[in-house]
Amino acid sequence: MSPALSAFIIVLTSLNIAGAVWLMLSMRKRSDQEPAAGMQTTEHVWDGDLAEYNNPLPRWWLWLFFISVAFAIAYLFLYPGLGNYAGRLGWSSTRQHEEQQHASEAQAEKLLAHFAGKSVVELRNDPAALIVGRNLFANNCALCHGSDGHGNPGFPNLSDQDWLYGGSPVQVEASIAGGRAGVMIPWQAALGSDGVENVLAYVLSLSGRSVPAGDVAAGKQLFAANCVACHGEDGKGNQAIGAPNLTDHIWLYGGSVDAVRTSIANGRQGQMPAQLERLGPQRVKLLAAYVLSLGAGGSDGAAH
Amino acid sequence: MAEGTPAAQSGTNYNDRVVRQFALMTIVWGVVGMTVGLLLAAQLIWPALNFDTPWLTYSRLRPLHTNAVIFAFGGSALFATSYYIVQRTCHVRLVSDRLAAFTFWGWQLVIVLAAVTLPLGITTSKEYAELEWPIDILIAIVWVAYAFVFIGTLAIRRVRHIYVANWFFAAFIITVAVLHIVNSAEIPVTLTKSYPVYAGTVDAMVEWWYGHNAVGFFLTAGFLGMMYYFVPKQAGRPVYSYRLSVVHFWSLISIYMWAGPHHLHYTTLPDWAQSLGMVFSLMLLAPSWGGMINGIMTLSGAWHKLRTDPILKFLIVSLSFYGMSTFEGPMMSIKTVNALSHYTDWTIGHVHSGALGWVAMVTIGCLYALIPRLYGRTSMWSTRLIDWHFWTTTIGIVLYIAAMWIAGVMQGLMWRSTNPDGTLTYTFVEALQATHPFYIVRLCGGALVLAGMFLMIYNVRRTLQERGAPIDQPVLAPA
Repeated sequence: MSPALSAFIIVLTSLNIAGAVWLMLSMRKRSDQEPAAGMQTTEHVWDGDLAEYNNPLPRWWLWLFFISVAFAIAYLFLYPGLGNYAGRLGWSSTRQHEEQQHASEAQAEKLLAHFAGKSVVELRNDPAALIVGRNLFANNCALCHGSDGHGNPGFPNLSDQDWLYGGSPVQVEASIAGGRAGVMIPWQAALGSDGVENVLAYVLSLSGRSVPAGDVAAGKQLFAANCVACHGEDGKGNQAIGAPNLTDHIWLYGGSVDAVRTSIANGRQGQMPAQLERLGPQRVKLLAAYVLSLGAGGSDGAAH
Repeated sequence: MAEGTPAAQSGTNYNDRVVRQFALMTIVWGVVGMTVGLLLAAQLIWPALNFDTPWLTYSRLRPLHTNAVIFAFGGSALFATSYYIVQRTCHVRLVSDRLAAFTFWGWQLVIVLAAVTLPLGITTSKEYAELEWPIDILIAIVWVAYAFVFIGTLAIRRVRHIYVANWFFAAFIITVAVLHIVNSAEIPVTLTKSYPVYAGTVDAMVEWWYGHNAVGFFLTAGFLGMMYYFVPKQAGRPVYSYRLSVVHFWSLISIYMWAGPHHLHYTTLPDWAQSLGMVFSLMLLAPSWGGMINGIMTLSGAWHKLRTDPILKFLIVSLSFYGMSTFEGPMMSIKTVNALSHYTDWTIGHVHSGALGWVAMVTIGCLYALIPRLYGRTSMWSTRLIDWHFWTTTIGIVLYIAAMWIAGVMQGLMWRSTNPDGTLTYTFVEALQATHPFYIVRLCGGALVLAGMFLMIYNVRRTLQERGAPIDQPVLAPA
C-alpha cells in the first residue's frame, strides 16, 4: 500500500487506542466539584423516578481494559497490523501456511518412501500400503465414489467385479492417473421416440427384463445398426473405450426404466478427473492397490 | 429547559399507539422467525423436510430466519422500546405522529417483502443484507424517518440531560443508517437483481464491516438502550454509575468499528487488516462488560426481588448471557482460536448465546414490563406463566449453546486432524455424522425456546382481553 495510506492507518489506530486510554484515565478519578462518594445520585431525574449514582469505575474492570491495550500494543509490535510495518517476528499468514504444508509434506514423503519402487500388485498385498490407500481414497475419491467405494449414480461402484475400463492393475492405475471421459451419444434425434422405446425394450431384454411398450425385435435391428460399434454385437460392451456391458444388470446411471430411457435418448457424459499431476505416481499406485482391494470380496480387511 | 417552554407537540399524551403496534408485532415476528429456525434445525437432521420444494430449501429459509429474528423481531422491539423510552425520558410526545406511523407500516412492509422474496430465491447473497435493491431503498427511507422521529424528539426534550438509554439508541440509529447505505451500494440490473459496487476481498471486508457492526450497534447498543431504562425501572433503583456509562459508551462505539475483519481470518484479506480486527476485538471486552456491570450492579441491592419478579430474572440472565458472549467473541477473534472455531457450529452457538440469551431474553423481559403499562394495567395476566416462560427459555438456550459448543469444537478438531501420510483423518461426512446427536439436542433446545413464546402469546392475549380501552398516559412534567 502507499506510504500515505500506511501512515493514515497507523495514525488512526494509534489515535483510537490512545483516545480510549485517555478516556479511561481521565474518568478514573473523581473531581473535587462532584458529589462525594457513596450512594449519592447525580441529581438528574427522568420519568418520575429514574436516577443515576456516580460510582467510580471498578478497579478490576479498568485493569482488564489496560491489559487488553497492552496486549494489543505488544501484538502490533510483533505482528503485521500497523499499515506497511511488517512486525518484529516477520510473521505472515502465507508463510505460516507454507511452513505447515512443507512440514506435512516432509512427513508424508518419509512415510511414502517405504513403498518406493513397489508395484501395484505388491502394494495390494501390503496392509500398511492399503491403510495409506484408504486415507488417500477417503480424501480424494470418496466424494464421488462413496466412502465405501460403492459408487453413486454416474460414478461407478469400485467394489464389484464389473470394470468399465478393465480391472487389471495396469488398467486401474491408468484410469486413476490419466482419468477417463465416457461419452454416450444422445439418440433421440436420430431414432425418434418410438425408436428409443424399441431400443430400450431390447436393451432391457439383454439382462432378462421386459417393458410393456416397445418392440424388442425392432429394437434389436436398431441396436445392430447403431449401438454395436461400441457396445458390441452381444451388448457386452468394450473396455477399450469404456462402453458398458449392458447384459449384467449393473447400471452406471441407474437401472430404472426412466433412467435407461434417459441414457439412450439424451446420452451421458462421464468424467473421471486425472490424478497423476495432483497426487504424483506413488500415490496413484497406492490408490490403485486400494481400489483393487475393494473388489477382492472379503479379503479387504485392511480397508478398515 | 425550564417548565412552561412551549413544546412542539400535538397533544398532552404520549404517543403509545405506535409503541403498542411495534410491541405486539415483536411477539408475532419472534414466533415466525423462531419457527423458521426450528424448521431449519430439523432440516439439518432430516433433510427431507424441505419436501423437495425450492421455496423450503435450507439455503433460502436460512436468510429468512436471520432476517426475521434480527430485523423483524429485534427491530420491532427496538422501535417499540426506543419510542417508549425517548418520550418518557424527554418528557414530550414524539415529534411527529405521522412519521412514527410511517416507520411502523414501512418496517412491516419491509418484513413482508423479505418474507416473500427470500423464499423465492431473490437475494443479493450478502449475509444479513440479502434483501434486493428496491427493499434496500425502502429500508433506507424508513430508517431516515426513524432517525428524524427519534432525534427530533430528543431535540424538543424538556429536560436538559439526555438519559443514557437515548445515547445508545441514537448511536444505534445513526450507525445502522451509515452501515446499511454503504454496504448496500449496488448496481441494479433488473427489478430483482443487483450487483455490489465492491468486488472480491473489498466486498467481503465491506460486508463484514457492516455485519459485525450490525451486531455491535443493532444487537448490542440498541438493546443496551433498552436495558438502561427497564433494569433501573424494574429494580426500582438508580443506575449504578453514570461515569461508567459514559466511559463504556464511547469506548464501545469507537472500538467496535474496527472489529469486522475477525470474520475474515486466514482469507485473502491482508494480514494487517486481520491483525487490527483481532486486537480491537480483544480491546472490546472491557467496554462491552461495562454495560453488563452497570446493569448487574444496578440490580444489586434488589436481589430479593428476583424471588417474586420473573421479569427481573429475564433481565439479569440476559445480562449474564451478554457478558458471556462478549467474552466468547473476543476469544474467538484470536487467530489461533479462530483457526479452530471458524466455519464450525461453535460460531452458531456463539451467535445464539448472543441472539437468544441476550437479545431475546432482554426483549422478552422488557415486553413483559412494557405491555401492562401500555394497556393501563399494573402487571401481566399471569406472573406464573412468565416464570414458566423464563425457565423454558433458559433451559432451551443452555441446551442449544452447549450442544453447539461441543459439536463445534469436535468439528474443528476432526477437520484439522491429519494422518502421517498427509491425508485428512476424517472425511467431511464423518464429521457430519458425529454432529448428528448434537443437532437433535439443539432442536430440543430450540423447541423449548419456541414453546415459551407460545406461553407469552397466551399471556399477552389474556392481558389484552382483561383491559378496558387502552389508556393514553399524559406526558409527565419534568422533575
